[in-house]
Parts: sequence; structure tokens; C-alpha cells
Amino acid sequence: MSALEQMYQQVILDHAKHPHGRGLAGSADPAAGHLAGESHQVNPTCGDEITLRVDVSDGADGRTVSGVSWEGQGCSISQASASVMTELVTGRGLDEVAHLDAVFHDLMASRGKGLGDDDVEDALGDAAAFTGVSQYPARIKCALLGWAALKDSLARSGALAA
Amino acid sequence: MTTTDTVRPTGAAPAPAALTAAELAAVRADFPLLGRTVRGGRPLVYLDSAATSQKPNVVLEAEVDFYEQRNAAVHRGAHQLAEEATEAFEDARAAVAAFVGADEDEIVWAPGATAALNLVAYALGNATAGRGGAAAERFRLAPGDEIVVTEAEHHANLVPWQELCARTGAVLRWFGVDGDGRIDLTDAGAVITDRTRVVAFGHVSNVTGAVAPVAELVAAARRVGALTVLDACQSVPHLPVDLHALGVDFAAFSAHKMLGPTGVGALYGRRELLEAMPPVTTGGSMVEVVTMAETTYAPPPQRFEAGTQMVAQAVGMGVAARWLDELGMDRVARHEHELAAELVRIAEIPGVRLIGPADTHDRLAVVSFVVDGVHAHDVGQVLDDRGIAVRVGHHCAQPLHRSFGVAATARASASVYTTVDEIVAFREALSGVRAFFGVE
Repeated sequence: MSALEQMYQQVILDHAKHPHGRGLAGSADPAAGHLAGESHQVNPTCGDEITLRVDVSDGADGRTVSGVSWEGQGCSISQASASVMTELVTGRGLDEVAHLDAVFHDLMASRGKGLGDDDVEDALGDAAAFTGVSQYPARIKCALLGWAALKDSLARSGALAA
Repeated sequence: MTTTDTVRPTGAAPAPAALTAAELAAVRADFPLLGRTVRGGRPLVYLDSAATSQKPNVVLEAEVDFYEQRNAAVHRGAHQLAEEATEAFEDARAAVAAFVGADEDEIVWAPGATAALNLVAYALGNATAGRGGAAAERFRLAPGDEIVVTEAEHHANLVPWQELCARTGAVLRWFGVDGDGRIDLTDAGAVITDRTRVVAFGHVSNVTGAVAPVAELVAAARRVGALTVLDACQSVPHLPVDLHALGVDFAAFSAHKMLGPTGVGALYGRRELLEAMPPVTTGGSMVEVVTMAETTYAPPPQRFEAGTQMVAQAVGMGVAARWLDELGMDRVARHEHELAAELVRIAEIPGVRLIGPADTHDRLAVVSFVVDGVHAHDVGQVLDDRGIAVRVGHHCAQPLHRSFGVAATARASASVYTTVDEIVAFREALSGVRAFFGVE
């Protein structure tokens, strides 16, 4: 597989064509026991942008991401990454989400080598397919745009406060 | 078919001779970087010269030679090296001045065109704050005065004017563009009014390659006594440019787009304007008499060249100007006109849409485009895999992109060393992009 094919894996192209979570949910005030935050992120080098909303619910085991929705425009990498992330984090606890965010950032810093740990990469699910993107320094920001919007919207929701 | 005469300032001279295959091969052999391979051994097809050009050996050698043989502080020092360094520095200024039809003392070194445009904007701001005495009266802005730009501007010729307006209470107005991205002069009388004090515009769009109607804009500005500021970054490397003949008051261009080094560019200003304009950056080398209380300033161009200058780079810029002069800018323009005709043919590829004029009349060898169903970044990545270097994004022209309803485009741009074969290779690679992403 060429470096180009490693980047544009079929799973990435599929997510780009049929993204999950696309279509921003309404901005109605969340019900009791729920929090919501929204974030707009721009990649100034290419003009790609995303607006993402996260909903957080209080549960017996702490706070979980109960919903992610977004809209934006961008390249196949940024669109696919936001789609994969939406699938990956929905229903997860906030600690798990923070861990996945850190692991995905590590993967993007791996310069195409991956993390060398199958268990860790398995935990990323489809997001592990972005290993090929990390060979192209100019495209890493594309893959991280949705994650930056998630992190910021979680902070804005107030859900990260103790 | 149009000829290069359409972009020549006089239009009366006989058509220049085309570059022969042997001449073009010799030109290319002068650029070491063009010989390298990329992405697994593919020959480099460099189509990003509108972002920055490659450099011929003589420019690289000029910088090395300066550091090896002549390096010294210029315009000071009593030793031989200082004399030789000063001579090289001022000789470069003469070369650059001659290259654009200006006088030597009308060329101010700047770190680049962005800095040169900011210099003018900040000088007007300083004049408005009262600096420069009575001589600077013509530069003073009052609230409600108007500064006119165009929707086609590079951010470097837009944002400094927005900032100047914010500081002075002047109002920014602009010409829109037509469907081809050309400046729309319909209702020019409503845009340039008796409140207009500055008309700033790009000579050639870095997105569409369209050549601006300089004569019309200069005439309209003169009728109301407004200053004209020309962003000549994309014209000076590709066309014969005579700033005196164009009649603009100020012009800015960068060395690195015209085969010269980074870190240097030039501000052209008509002599009487530079003489009347207050300084911007202050400090060493730009003064006459300094006391603890106040300072008087050197005449231009030194008044605008505070601190140690980028001497080796300026020398390199002078060499680049002479290299182009020797080849002949009319011949460069003719060669690139042929390249433009090859570039616009990408519009024949299914799913490819040009952003800008589809013809080659008054347009240079720069094409921006979108591919239906494929984002510009992804287009650029596939081309890169074939060794073809293009620019993707908004090319520092977000308003122009917005006027076309797109956030990003891919852009291919040529220079004197570009060949028709390279553009054919680019078109072939571009033809396969939609299939790669399965959107055919």
C-alpha cells in the first residue's frame, strides 16, 4: 500500500462520505442532570471549520457523553475524523474520553509508526486508521480539528468542573 | 487567439521571441532545486511559484559571496569591507529600481511586500497622529475619509488598511469582483468619491491570475486626489513592469517570488511622497541629528530603513532582478503566456471548475480551481503523491473565496522555469483525482 493509500483508507473515505453525527442538534437548554456545550473551531491555514455540540448526562457512574453532533466543511480527513470520533466517544465516561483524546494525539504524533501497542490501537476502533495521516505533518491538524472542538465544547459545558 | 501583447504595457512593441527548448533547458539547469525528486523518487513538478519561487545559482552564490568576501555593516565604518558592502547594497538597489522602472532613491528595502504595505499604512497613521510636520499634510486622514481596496486583495493589502481605518476613523470601501473574479468597475464613481484618500489594489490576483485595470484605477484615484498603492507581488516576477509608466504612487513587491531570497522586498514610492512621509520604524541608521529631546530624520530611502538591513538578501534580490532582465521580461511574459494557455485547459477535465477567468486575456499563469466532490486539500495530496506541488487553501484571500462561495481551492502557478510538459503532467494527474476518491 502506498503512503497515499495508507492515509486514504477505505474506512476513512466511507466515513467522509457518510459522516456520523453530522447535523447540529438544536441549542435548547439541557434538562436537569444534563449539560451541553458548543464550540466552533477553524483551521486557519485551509479555512476548514467545524461547529460541534456535546451533551453530557449525569449517571450512576459519573458523567458520560450522551450525544455529539456537528456541522462543518473540510477535507475528507477532517470530516472522517469528526465522524469516527463521534462514534467512539458517544456513551463513554468523561475520563475515558480524555484518555482516548490523549491516545489519538499520541497516534497523530507517531509519524506513521503507530503506537506499537495493539490493545491501545484497538481501543481507538476506526480512529486507528488515521495512522497513515500522521505521516503527513500538514494533515495532522485536519484529523485533530474535531477533537479540538470536542475538548473545547466539553470545557464550555461545565462538565469538566469538579 | 490573444498574444502576450495584451499584457504588455505599451502594446506597440513587436512580439518577443519565445524561449527555445535549449534556452528553457538552460534556465532550468540554473535552478538546483528543480533537479531533486520527491515522494519516492518522482521528478518534482513545482507549480507553487505564486507562493514562492525557486532560486537560480547566481542568487544563491551572490549571498554566499557576500558573506565570504564583503560582509560588513553598510553606510558606516571606515574600512574597505564597509565600502564594498555598501557598494554591493546600493548596486542592488539600483538593479531593483531599474527592473521596475523606478529611480534608485525611490526604492526602500523592506522585509517583504507585507512589511512594505504596512509601512505605507503606518506612515499614514503617523501622519494622522501629527507626525511629519506640514509636509505630511497630504497623508493625514480625517474620520469619514475613505480608503478603497478590492474584494480580490491578498490579506496583506487588506488587513493593514482595515487597521488604519480602525486607528483613524477612516472608512474602508471596496470594489467587488465579477463572476470571473475580475475587479468590477461598474459604478466606479460611487466607490471612488471625493472622500477617497487611498486606492490600494493588487496588480495581478494571486488567486485568479487576473490583471487589474491599473490605468482606470489610477485615473479614477487621480481625479479625486487619492494616493494609489499597488501590490505588485504577482506582476513583477512575470511581466515587464514600469512603475513610472503605470503612474502609481506606491508599490510593493517581494524578492522571494521573483527568484530572489526570502526576508527582503521593496517599497517603491514616488520621490516627492517619500520625502514628505514620516518614518515608521525608528532607531539607528535613519537619523540626522539625535539629542536627548528629539531627532531629525535622514532623507529617503534611509529614513525608512532603521536598524541593520538584510544586506546579503538585498544583494541577492539585485542579482535576481538582473538575471530576469538579461533573459528579458518580455520573453518571460511570452513564455508564461503559453503556460497560462495550457493551465486554463484544466477546465476541460470533467468535474474541474476554474475560479477565475477561463481565457488568457489579461491573465497570468496562475489557476485556482475546485474539483466537484473532492476537497482542495485532498486534491493537493493526490497531486503531491505524483510529485506535483500545488497550493491548497484560501491563498490568503478569504473574501475572494467567499465571493465564489468556496472556502478553499487548489492553485497551480508557473514561473519562468516551468515547462509545458509539466503542465501536461499536472493535467493528467488532475484527471485521475475524482476516480481516486470514487466520486466519478
